[in-house]
Amino acid sequence: MLDQPRGAEILAAVSKLLRETLMPQLPANAAFQARVAANAIDLVAREINFGEAAESETLVRLRTLLGHDGSLQELETDLSGRIRRGELDLQSDGLAEHLWLTTLDKMKIDQPAYASYRRTIEARAGQQQPRKED
Amino acid sequence: MNAMDNSFSHALETMTARIVPGARGIANLRRLSAGATLETWSFDAVDGERVLHPMILRRSPGGLRSTESLSLEAEAELIRVLDGSGVPVPTVVHTLMPADNLGDGFLMTRIEGETIARKVLRDQEFAGVRPRLAAQFGTIRGTMTNVDTARLPPLPFKPAEIIVARLASRYEALGVARPVFDLAFRWLEQNAPLPLDKYSLVHGDYRNGNIIFGAEGVRAVLDWEVAHIGDPAEDLAWISTPPWRFGELDHPVGGVGSREQLFEAYQAASGERIDPARVHYWEILGSLRWGVSCASMLEWFTSGRDPSVERAMIARRVSENELDLMRILTGTN
Repeated sequence: MLDQPRGAEILAAVSKLLRETLMPQLPANAAFQARVAANAIDLVAREINFGEAAESETLVRLRTLLGHDGSLQELETDLSGRIRRGELDLQSDGLAEHLWLTTLDKMKIDQPAYASYRRTIEARAGQQQPRKED
Repeated sequence: MNAMDNSFSHALETMTARIVPGARGIANLRRLSAGATLETWSFDAVDGERVLHPMILRRSPGGLRSTESLSLEAEAELIRVLDGSGVPVPTVVHTLMPADNLGDGFLMTRIEGETIARKVLRDQEFAGVRPRLAAQFGTIRGTMTNVDTARLPPLPFKPAEIIVARLASRYEALGVARPVFDLAFRWLEQNAPLPLDKYSLVHGDYRNGNIIFGAEGVRAVLDWEVAHIGDPAEDLAWISTPPWRFGELDHPVGGVGSREQLFEAYQAASGERIDPARVHYWEILGSLRWGVSCASMLEWFTSGRDPSVERAMIARRVSENELDLMRILTGTN
């Protein structure tokens, strides 16, 4: 029903406008503010693109991990409590992988340029593909 | 300028004329930081065209500050005591009095130099000194350990257990479950460090951004507002946490050097051994604390206390700390 271009595509155009057209014309402090705004717009575009899938995948993993149903908030609260009480830890089946996937999905939206994120993604890609020269 | 700005610059002029011999006015007044409760201003005390004294004013115009912070009077007194101790600090020229009509705060001599970490990490000007900076950070931290705490103004005592307990209540009060934070809390509780025989002055926010650099290295350590008595490993760890590497992941200490360089210089300056496991503990605590602080920005944003885009973006930096905690807790750091 809604027409194209969709929200994320329009936000990408706004971000480009801010960075390429407006920022070069602004005084230093205003240019800084415009950069913050452009970064925020990019984050929102990534949230539109990836947010729903990330949350629904997290929900599926949490149901499996905890063995019961509930809202995302309820399940995360349950998981937090179990970790805090020592009932689940990094050695527990599936916990570490769940926390990695959840955290990396958040970072993919929040700050994909963060060095630790890029390093982690590269390392995980390296583990999943057999090396040719070993 | 509105009326309030005018009365501020007039009060500043009156005070400057009184405390700087020969000063007849001020020039080049500009605000450096835009905190809601703490302002930093730069200006020059002048006699006509002649600059007599480059100044920095740090002041609170009124209003509540974080309960974790020292009063500005206490911060000024601390910096005065440190001046001449070997710890590089700016010189405090004057602590504001009620008659100054400028609120609470103090005046320092302005030190020229660079505080923007990305420039220090990347600009050619600092290329020569970069390989020595991690050792300088260690030496300065070691000199702080040697400061006789009896000479300092009263500072809060914050060993690890007090910081962890307060952090846990802050986290609970936020009311949002974060499984990675619980993993970190659990680890911190199970790996609590032994009490120290001797606690020392801790800066509390010892990192790029709070340090002024010149081409020859560190010129001064700034922003002593969360200084306390505690574990020196706290400062050694905080300067080594990922957010302050600005992309230079393989140089863990402030994006410029190694922990070995930091620890060796610290031990040489303080004469005390540092246990790397203790620093590791404080790195986890540091990431968790920064994470809880980012998470608490949500309330600032939604309540309207600071509805800025910048504040919203800091609130979305919680995940960066969750990632850093996952990396350090799983040994992939």
